[in-house]
Amino acid sequence: MQTVPEHRPSRNSEVSEEPSAPDTVVTREKLAVVPKNRAAVREKVFADQIFRGLVILCALAVLAIVGLIFFELVNQSHLSISKFGFKFLIKQIWDPVAEDFGALPFIYGTVVSSLLGLIIAVPLSIGTALFLTEICPRRLRAVLSLLVELLAAIPSVIYGLWGIFVLAPFLRVYVQPFLARYFGWTGLFSGPKYGWGMLAAGVIISIMILPIIASITREVITAVPRVQREAALALGATKWEMLRMAVLRNARPGIFGATILGLGRALGETMAVTMVIGNRPEIARSLFAPGYTLASAVANEFTEAVGNTYLSALMEMALVLFVITLIVNALAGLLVWSVTRGMPARALA
Amino acid sequence: MALGLITLAALIVTVPLFLILATVVVRGLGALNWAFLTQIPKPIGEEGGGMGNAIAGSILLLGYASLIGVPLGIGAGVFLAEYGRNKFGNVVRFTADALNGVPSVVIGMTAWALVVVPQKHFSMLAGSVALGIMMIPVISRTTEEVLLLVPQSIREAALGLGIPKWRTILSVVLRTASAGIVTSIMLAFARIAGESAPLMFTAFGNEFWSMNPNQPVASLPLQIYKYAIQPYEQAHAQAWTAALVLISMIVVTVTFFRFIVGRRAIKGVS
Repeated sequence: MQTVPEHRPSRNSEVSEEPSAPDTVVTREKLAVVPKNRAAVREKVFADQIFRGLVILCALAVLAIVGLIFFELVNQSHLSISKFGFKFLIKQIWDPVAEDFGALPFIYGTVVSSLLGLIIAVPLSIGTALFLTEICPRRLRAVLSLLVELLAAIPSVIYGLWGIFVLAPFLRVYVQPFLARYFGWTGLFSGPKYGWGMLAAGVIISIMILPIIASITREVITAVPRVQREAALALGATKWEMLRMAVLRNARPGIFGATILGLGRALGETMAVTMVIGNRPEIARSLFAPGYTLASAVANEFTEAVGNTYLSALMEMALVLFVITLIVNALAGLLVWSVTRGMPARALA
Repeated sequence: MALGLITLAALIVTVPLFLILATVVVRGLGALNWAFLTQIPKPIGEEGGGMGNAIAGSILLLGYASLIGVPLGIGAGVFLAEYGRNKFGNVVRFTADALNGVPSVVIGMTAWALVVVPQKHFSMLAGSVALGIMMIPVISRTTEEVLLLVPQSIREAALGLGIPKWRTILSVVLRTASAGIVTSIMLAFARIAGESAPLMFTAFGNEFWSMNPNQPVASLPLQIYKYAIQPYEQAHAQAWTAALVLISMIVVTVTFFRFIVGRRAIKGVS
C-alpha cells in the first residue's frame, strides 16, 4: 500500500490534453514523432475529448445518483413532513390505523443496537488489528486476514438466519440468565428472556461490523511510522508499552474514524437486525426487550403499508437514516484521512 | 498479559465465522438435492420443491445489475485515476464513498420510487437498478486504486509513441490493470449477491420461473428471509440449504475469478 503515492500520475495531462493550441500542433509536426497532418491531429484531440467527456459523465452519474436518492426521499416523504413536521422525530406513537406516526422508538432502537454493537466490536477489532500487524507470525497473517475478510462476505440474511436459530437460543439458555443474575440490578438485563431482542441485535451487529473496523484499524496502524516504534523501543519500552504509547496513540484519530465507519454500517444494517430484534416499536430500558430500528421498520412494513401517509412516514424514516449515515460516514472519512493522509481508504486484497 | 489479551481478541473474532459456516453446512446439506437446485417451490406444507427459480433469478439480477454498475463504475474509476487529481475529483471521490455507506434498504426505496412507481408493478429491472447502483462505488474506488498502481512510465511510453491518451488508457493502462479490475467487479458481486433488503420492494419475489426483466423475480437471499420467518420446520431446512447454496456461489465465484486472474497476474507490475 505504501508504494501507491510514488506511482501517482503526475499530471501527464500536459502531454495530451492541451494540444488544441495551434503552436503545440506545430511543434508536434516539427518533432515528427508520428508523421501526420493537421486534420489527423485534430481528430486525435477530438477523440481524446470525447473519451474525457465520457468518463466525466460516469463521474457525474455518481453525483447524480446521490442527489437523486436525496431528492426522491424528500419528494416521497413530503406528505409526512408537512403533516407531522419536526414532531415526527420525537413522537412515540406508531398507529397505522389512525395514520399517526412518530419515529422516536425507531431512532432509539437504531442508536441503542448500534452502540451495543460498537461496544462489543471495537475492542475485539483493535485487538485483532494489533495482533495482525504486530504479533502474528507472518505465515498465519494471510490466513487470519482472509478469515476476517470472509466474515465480511457472509450475506446479512444468513447472519439473520443464524441469529434466529442459533444465537437467540444460545443467548436465552446461557447468556441471559447469567446477565440477569449478576447484572440484573442495573435494570438493563431484566424481564422475560426471549433470546431475540435488543441484545441479540447488538451481538449480530457487532459480528457484522467487526471486519470493517478491523481492516481499517489495521491500515491506520500500518501507517504509523516505523521510527515511532523504534524510538519507543530504544527508550526501553516493552512491546505493550510501545504499542500503547507509539502505535495506538498515533493511530487514535484513525481508529476513531474506523469506529465511526463501523457505526455507519451498524445504523443501516437491515435484514439480520430485522430477523432478531423482535420488531416492536417500544422504548424499553432492558436490553432483553424487543425493539425496532429505522432500517428494519422500513424493510418490514414498506410492502404492506397502505395509505399515502403510512408510505410517506416510512419514506421519511429512510430519509432520516440516509442523512444520519451521510453525516457519520463523512466524519469517519475525515478522521481516517487525518491519519493515512490520502492513502487509499480501503486495502485492496 | 496485554499481548495475551490481544491474541485472545483475534481468536474470538474467528469463532463466529467458523460457527456460522459450520451451521450452514451441517443444516444445509440435509435438504440439498438435485430437485432443490432445479425445481420451483412447492406450496407451503407440501414436501419437496426447490429454489431453482430463485437461483436463476439471483444470477439474472446480478447480470442486469452489472450492465449498469460495471461500465459506470469503471468509467468513474478511470476518471478518478486519470483525470481526477483535482477538486472535482475529490468531490466525486467523497460522494462515491458516501454512496458506499448508504444503507442498501434506502437504495432499494429509491429504486422503488424511480422504477416501480412509474411502472406500477415490481420488476427485475427495478431490482437490478438498486443492485447496480450499489456496485458503482465499490468498482469505481477499487478501479481507481488499481489504476494508480500502473507505473507512470508505461503511460509515458505509450504517449511517447504518439498514441492518443484515450487509446493509452483503454489499451495500455486498463489492460495492464485488468486483473485488478476483475477483482473489483468480484468485490462488487460479493457485496450485492447476498443483498435482500433492496430487493424486497423492487424485484419482490416470484413463486415461478421468470426471465422477463419486466416481471417480479425470485432471488436467493430474499427466499432465505421468507422461509426463515415461516413457522415450518421444512421451510427452515430449505432456508439453510439456500444459505449454503448462496455462500458457495459467492465463495466459488470469487475464488474462481481470483484464481484465473491471479495466474495471469498484473502484467508489467511486479
